[in-house]
Amino acid sequence: MTELLRTHGLTRHFKVGGTFSGKRLHAVDDVDLTIEEREIIALVGESGSGKSTIARLLARVYAPTAGEIIYRGRPLAKLRRRKDLLSYRGDVPMVFQDPFSSLNPAYRVSHGIMRGLILHRPDLNAAARQAEAVRVVEAVGLHPAAEILERYPYQLSGGQRQRVGFAQALAYRPKLIIADEPVSMLDVSIRIGLLNLMAALREDEGVSILYITHDIASARYLSDRIAVMYGGHIVETGPTEDVLADPKHPYTQLLLSAVPDPRAPLDPDAVVDRGEPPRVVDPAPGCRFRARCPLAIDRCAVETPLLRELGPRHSAACHVAV
Amino acid sequence: MPLLDVQHLRVEYATENRPAVAVDDVSFSVGEGEFVAVVGESGCGKSTLLFALARLLSPPAAITHGSVEFRGQNLVTMTEKQLNVLRWRDFSVVMQSAMNALNPVASVGAQLADAMAAHGKYTKTEIAERSVEVLRLVGIDPIHLSSHPHQLSGGMRQRAMIAMALLFTPDLVIMDEPTSALDVVAQRALMVQIRQLQSQLGFAVIFVTHDMSLVSHFSDQLLVMYAGQVVEAGPTRDVFDHPAHPYSRGLLDAFPSIRGPRVPLTGIPGSPPDLSRLPAGCSFQPRCPVSVDACVTTRPPLYPVGPALSRCLLNAPDPVSAPASSRASSPASAPDSSSEEDR
Repeated sequence: MTELLRTHGLTRHFKVGGTFSGKRLHAVDDVDLTIEEREIIALVGESGSGKSTIARLLARVYAPTAGEIIYRGRPLAKLRRRKDLLSYRGDVPMVFQDPFSSLNPAYRVSHGIMRGLILHRPDLNAAARQAEAVRVVEAVGLHPAAEILERYPYQLSGGQRQRVGFAQALAYRPKLIIADEPVSMLDVSIRIGLLNLMAALREDEGVSILYITHDIASARYLSDRIAVMYGGHIVETGPTEDVLADPKHPYTQLLLSAVPDPRAPLDPDAVVDRGEPPRVVDPAPGCRFRARCPLAIDRCAVETPLLRELGPRHSAACHVAV
Repeated sequence: MPLLDVQHLRVEYATENRPAVAVDDVSFSVGEGEFVAVVGESGCGKSTLLFALARLLSPPAAITHGSVEFRGQNLVTMTEKQLNVLRWRDFSVVMQSAMNALNPVASVGAQLADAMAAHGKYTKTEIAERSVEVLRLVGIDPIHLSSHPHQLSGGMRQRAMIAMALLFTPDLVIMDEPTSALDVVAQRALMVQIRQLQSQLGFAVIFVTHDMSLVSHFSDQLLVMYAGQVVEAGPTRDVFDHPAHPYSRGLLDAFPSIRGPRVPLTGIPGSPPDLSRLPAGCSFQPRCPVSVDACVTTRPPLYPVGPALSRCLLNAPDPVSAPASSRASSPASAPDSSSEEDR
């Protein structure tokens, strides 16, 4: 496996309150994440855990407060030339959550795809661009491609629009697609189609995918490796099957217990968590999950747990986990 | 007598060409304290059904046939004035998106007070006491009476909506996907809470969702809707354990599990039909993996399958009682139906 992208101590804080409040919201704190070539990695966590902030940091929508992103051995901060930045943006495109607001309603489907091709693949002439547009639309399972390209977003269903989002990303010949909750706005019945599409894109086009979701069941269906986020930290990471078979962090256990499973009988004694996701403003040291944690000990309030390796490639940030 | 009895309800949207039938001949009843779930994809008429039950439809949609009897009174023929006596006091509605349903510039307390003042004469102290009571009921600290919606998390907003719906302890609460904007942990907490409140206060629930797995442990009765029709109805456990209609099976197979082996899933290819241009036969036939020739031409009625009802020709008890046209056009449906029952 060759490493494609790595973050080292990636941190992003936001100022909150008034201009002079001096308060800072720690959206992402000290995240080390490695993405390999042709790998699908799932970033799982609840709303407000910082997973979308990571997506935007990787897409260079935000600049990191501290830490660095290293893409193919080169730190992103060192990319200064317009050409290098453009090529990074073409290599790492993003697919957004809401297919109803991420496509411009005034333009045909071909517009977004053509723009990407003109910008990122200047070597193609008009005929080659047209052929490539047809190819990417077919690659995302939309037929007949020529007709779909001439449609407006309102003529497409939610699932089809989201496929157009992937076609746009694919037109850049990407290395890593950042998919930020790409299926959460879609009906359950068509989610599977999109998940299968992402798996096929990895097989056929050789891209890596960072799949961001709060649905751990779909993460299991799709991903090789999983990283669970809580309050801006990665609290557990490892090969997907290992993490699901033997979740180490109490938060991962909570996430798993919340997944509805009609094939299993209801466990009336199951712990129901009424906790709220934390707003991490100027945090004191200590575990950010401790207020909701059934296993918390005194040490959790004073010392921030770091990721510890507890199995092969499987680590968790918890003082109690073994 | 059931609390709510819906008979042959039909809702049409007037369009330029022929009307789109969003709810087609839907009949079901809800008993006291019962939890009835309505599941289906977007565009299958489930939200329209809810709006019709609460008489909240506005043109171009209109109820063109059927009755909705609430405690023996037909809501369909009532005037707005008569309805306003029942609304909120006897049945209430929790809308899909709390962010859009709550007033962003009014505090939670002001919105609770508004609802109370609109449905009765109360003193300020009565309103304040009841507001604190309902917020406690749904597990929100009464300190949030002075909070505005943007200061609450998504789960708290949805709980505040439920608190508003419970102001007068109604007999029936109609919920339109109250959990769809929440993540799994908050979603499960809310479902458990709805169930607890229900056993505590005794109200009945009609719950609409597109996620069939969500209601598996919470509902008593399940209605599966497709293209405006009920395609399967029955006790929830039976439908989950032995889904009779291919659409119910498709919905059940559409989500991955966190247990057991990883199996490739297909979901349900295609999308629901345009309600103004329905296929001549079974509405689900174009997407159905097990359809036979007769499905193209025959609109199936609801057949009893054990304790449930299923709108599928393959569930016909025997070919003799199947509609004549299906026998004439496809004798092949008989062996298929028997193999179907073997599953």
